[in-house]
Amino acid sequence: MTADAQVGTVDERREHAGGAPPEPLVAIRNLSKYYLRGDQVIPVLVDIDLDVPEGDFVALMGPSGSGKSTLLNLIAGIDKPSSGEIRIAGVDITQLSDADLALWRSANVGFIFQFYNLMPVLSAFGNVELPLQLTSLSRRERRDRVETALALVGLSDRATHLPNELSGGQQQRVAIARALITDPTLIVADEPTGDLDRTTAGEILGLLERLNRELDKTIIMVTHDPKAAEKAHRVVHLEKGVLVH
Amino acid sequence: MFVPLLVLRNAFRHKLRTTLTVVGIIVAIVAFGMLRTIVDAWYAGANASSSARLVTRSSVSLVFPLPLSYAPKIRQVDGVTRVAWANWFGGIYINERNFFAQFAISPSYLDMYPEFVLSDDERRAFVADRTGAIAGRKLAEKYGWKVGDQIPLRGTIFPGTWTFNLRGIYDGAEEGTDTSTFLFHYDFLNETIKQKLGGRGDQAGLYIEQLAHPDDAAAVSAAIDAMFRNSLAETLTETEKAFQLGFVAMSEAILLAIQAVSFVVIVIIMAVMANTMAMTARERYAEYATFKALGFSNGFVALLIFAESLGIALFGGLLGVALTFPAAGTFAKTVGSILPAFKVSADTIVLQLAAALVIGVVAAAIPAWRAARVRIVDGLRAIG
Repeated sequence: MTADAQVGTVDERREHAGGAPPEPLVAIRNLSKYYLRGDQVIPVLVDIDLDVPEGDFVALMGPSGSGKSTLLNLIAGIDKPSSGEIRIAGVDITQLSDADLALWRSANVGFIFQFYNLMPVLSAFGNVELPLQLTSLSRRERRDRVETALALVGLSDRATHLPNELSGGQQQRVAIARALITDPTLIVADEPTGDLDRTTAGEILGLLERLNRELDKTIIMVTHDPKAAEKAHRVVHLEKGVLVH
Repeated sequence: MFVPLLVLRNAFRHKLRTTLTVVGIIVAIVAFGMLRTIVDAWYAGANASSSARLVTRSSVSLVFPLPLSYAPKIRQVDGVTRVAWANWFGGIYINERNFFAQFAISPSYLDMYPEFVLSDDERRAFVADRTGAIAGRKLAEKYGWKVGDQIPLRGTIFPGTWTFNLRGIYDGAEEGTDTSTFLFHYDFLNETIKQKLGGRGDQAGLYIEQLAHPDDAAAVSAAIDAMFRNSLAETLTETEKAFQLGFVAMSEAILLAIQAVSFVVIVIIMAVMANTMAMTARERYAEYATFKALGFSNGFVALLIFAESLGIALFGGLLGVALTFPAAGTFAKTVGSILPAFKVSADTIVLQLAAALVIGVVAAAIPAWRAARVRIVDGLRAIG
């Protein structure tokens, strides 16, 4: 049950590497996830193999319960597999302790959630600054970075606003700025347009496209929406925990 | 600044809930402080007593007087440097509700109580006036007495109306000194009752002995009691502290109940606060999960909950401590001379703040533990 989806840029990378295939940014091997309900074993992901090269924009699609969010959570290091290996930029994150995994996430993963998950008591500025609180950057450096990130998502004039003073689209843009602020290796987005109207969703997808194209960010996005998936370089389908193509 | 700011903003997200919780803590801390102060006030007499003084009374009961002829005999006991005596008067000032202690005292009494501070002029005026009296500052202020006023007391033990000239108002040398007592001359009482009641004269309610060395208290007590053994009026001599504690012991069950209630109040508010923090933490599981997803540790999440709980508890605790003083002041005015030394002690303040601290820590313990343990994926699914 393997669906190894390489993208067109591999040939270019191979040329750069003198003919040897470059190691993908995300390399998943024999990944499985089961839940136990009483004596019953419920498979969620079964023997997944997947490579995502650096700079790729992948959409994970599939019906509800197909395991796409679980796969995204495993790649992001916020859930643990039952078996298998997940190497990201050469690090097998399944072998990391909880504390090391937290450190790794803070440096390597940017999160975008369906419901934005902003801290309601922090301003847009405070929310974007949040991941930087874990770094040794000075206050001035943090401020410069946050201002740059807010400018990138077009919210410089909303820096002092609390989340409840922003529209859904604006909140998601704050979340995107927060995801970008530490310059992570990987951005994971779980239904980033799921709570937005069509126009706003288009804007958010445009922004993600820009991040991928202009900043060369690797993005893995879970979506139900075929229109959203069209923005990705490739689409990976899951059904009943299995990659189908 | 990031954590304190976050904690502060979180604490006041639900203003009504936080305000009600703080009010609950204030009420609990004030109640705790008041109950502790009542217990302290009960023991104040014993705590303020001197280790260099003994009290001798009838071994049968305090209500039976001792012959005045015991005074020179007691004075002869080795280790006794001075003897005074006093009689409980038990008079009524205007009406029964105006209760305060009244003693007829011997001339040497004031020399043995340096904690009663009286000016030389007032003392001379008191000594010179056979019907003179002195009152403690608290008592005088309560009834608006001034030096020169005439104070009528209706006798209950010694019938008739007794009118005294107020010659002085004494202060306490220490904060805990009782200044709600009314003192007048034993000679005046004794001579009057001898004239009016014949056989009841030349009797003392109790003797007070000044010791040369406090360490001799046990030996001197035994010597005094041995002297009057097998007499018509056997004595019981004990330290002034033991004598005072004898009164406290009469109401020990009530004191134990008050102490128990003071702790029950704290336990109740602890449960209320724990429920508030549990509710608060449950509502924020998605936020805590987001923090963790972004790389913040489980400890950070626990810290947020502990800091918020401690912040609310200590804020309420500090306000409670501050409000205990006016509450105690009002209560002291109400109870007047029943609990003369009704003062909030430093120990009570420390206990109040410690109680607030314990409330904060205990209330946060389980919610913090749960929030720290919640899996990120479960937390992100949680609906606040």
